[in-house]
Amino acid sequence: MRIAVCVKQVPDTWAEKRLRPEDSTLDRESADGVMNELDEYAVEEALQLVEAQGGEVVVISMGPDRAAETVRKALSMGADAGIHVVDDGLRGSDAIATSAVLAAVIGSRGFDLVIFGSESTDARMSVVPAMVAERLGWAQLTFAQKVEVSGSTVTVERVTDSGFATVTASTPAIVSVVEKINEPRYPSFKGIMAAKKKPVEIVSAADTGIDAAVVGAAAAWSQVADFAARPPKAAGVVVTDEGDGGVQLAGFLSEQKFI
Amino acid sequence: MGDVLVLVETADGAVKKSTTELLTAARRLGTPVAVWVGGGCDDAAVSTLAEFGATAVLVADVPAEHPVGPVADALAAAVAATAPVAVLVPSTADGKEAAGRLALKIGSGIITDAVDVAADGDRVVATQSVFGGSTIVHSTVTTGIPVVTVRGNSVAPEAAPASCERRDLAVSLSPSSSLATITGTTVASKGGRPELAEAAIVVSGGRGVGSAEGFAVIEALADSLGAAVGASRAATDAGWYPHQYQVGQTGKTVSPQLYIANGISGAIQHRAGMQTSKTIVVVNKDPEAPIFELADYGVVGDLFTVVPQLTNEIAKRAD
Repeated sequence: MRIAVCVKQVPDTWAEKRLRPEDSTLDRESADGVMNELDEYAVEEALQLVEAQGGEVVVISMGPDRAAETVRKALSMGADAGIHVVDDGLRGSDAIATSAVLAAVIGSRGFDLVIFGSESTDARMSVVPAMVAERLGWAQLTFAQKVEVSGSTVTVERVTDSGFATVTASTPAIVSVVEKINEPRYPSFKGIMAAKKKPVEIVSAADTGIDAAVVGAAAAWSQVADFAARPPKAAGVVVTDEGDGGVQLAGFLSEQKFI
Repeated sequence: MGDVLVLVETADGAVKKSTTELLTAARRLGTPVAVWVGGGCDDAAVSTLAEFGATAVLVADVPAEHPVGPVADALAAAVAATAPVAVLVPSTADGKEAAGRLALKIGSGIITDAVDVAADGDRVVATQSVFGGSTIVHSTVTTGIPVVTVRGNSVAPEAAPASCERRDLAVSLSPSSSLATITGTTVASKGGRPELAEAAIVVSGGRGVGSAEGFAVIEALADSLGAAVGASRAATDAGWYPHQYQVGQTGKTVSPQLYIANGISGAIQHRAGMQTSKTIVVVNKDPEAPIFELADYGVVGDLFTVVPQLTNEIAKRAD
């Protein structure tokens, strides 16, 4: 089984994020870059599937030079090889363009499964896996809390508002996973050392065969008109409980007509 | 004014509140036309859609056993039939994915998680609240018909009765839409509480709750208010409360009228999921907890004394 895992480098989840005034894109330099947390679950799921059934895990990332760290992290967790799609022309690409690039990279390489995290913690759109499935014409098995592969049949539990749906399809398929699916491993020292020797293919926008005119910020099909920091909230009332905190709180809720 | 398509969401056969919100938002851009995917569009449903201003409902009776793909096909057929000025879709997992696939099918840009929409001449301007509500962004779609997903509880539904005509919509399924098949559904018990993303009031517990058993006091308060229960990442990671109730950057984003955070410190990871709540109440024994910065009303104290006392007091006042 050949599994691709798409990972994204994002600003540290715990850091405050901001947009750059000059082009309204996310300021990626002001915070540490880390692997999108939800993608760690995707890497882990791919590793577990291959450990149980044999095969190969290839990690794919589209991002600036420093996204190489994120590719390396996935390799140190145990992925076998990496593909880093890096090109100044891709900067500011929207989900439409990103899905086109990823589909082009994935399409011709004979993967059985492609696993994504269910969203990135920066853009939070959750649309790229579905868009890649749409572009490739592959089955979409997304928001999975469980993935089972038996021969060429893939079955997932898709998380819904009311519980989950069991969804099944044949390979090749696009999967996205939610964080309850597993417990991602930490790279071991041995893994970190081994990762240094694993192959990482560098792919440019031109290498993907995609027209440079349809990627990057200028080609985006949506754009930010303006943005502003949310006005700071007026300071509220804070009381210290001296035995009647709950009653006082009820008073506030009553004033506000909640009770 | 042109037509604005609104994807209808239903629960147990009835039109959900999110749809009335989207119809209200759609009226800011043009004339709402509802798109109903699947069966069960009865007179009661049509009359709810009419009450909130839908002038027509296009019924696409596509098979329900395939997720997402057929919904995108139905929306694409509705776009072809009406040439709308915008398409509004609920910002749920299914809604966003269907919107994403639709955007590719019709060659349009997409904006997700809008909290409002407005017309600016013939442009559609979507307002988004990003980075955990710290930044307000106005965005426009520059190519094609704007496809916008709208977050629940962001737009207050307002009735505007119209006469709503029911029309059948013919849909041809894309080959890839039937590749994945739903073979079963499992409903997790919600204990009769409202859905987290839709609830007007959310009562959440975090690290300070200390155990799975500790959530009983959170649930009791929630039930006294008719609220949904949420949990911070710390609580769901510890296994004290099921993962689907997690509020935060890696969980659900909620924007209720009232959010009560109990024993939650307020790391950015959590704030990102609840910061846009209209009124925020905090109970925490640590006066330095950053969540107090968001509080309209905060109590520094032990949640295990303050919360039960509050629940009691609510019961007393209800009598």
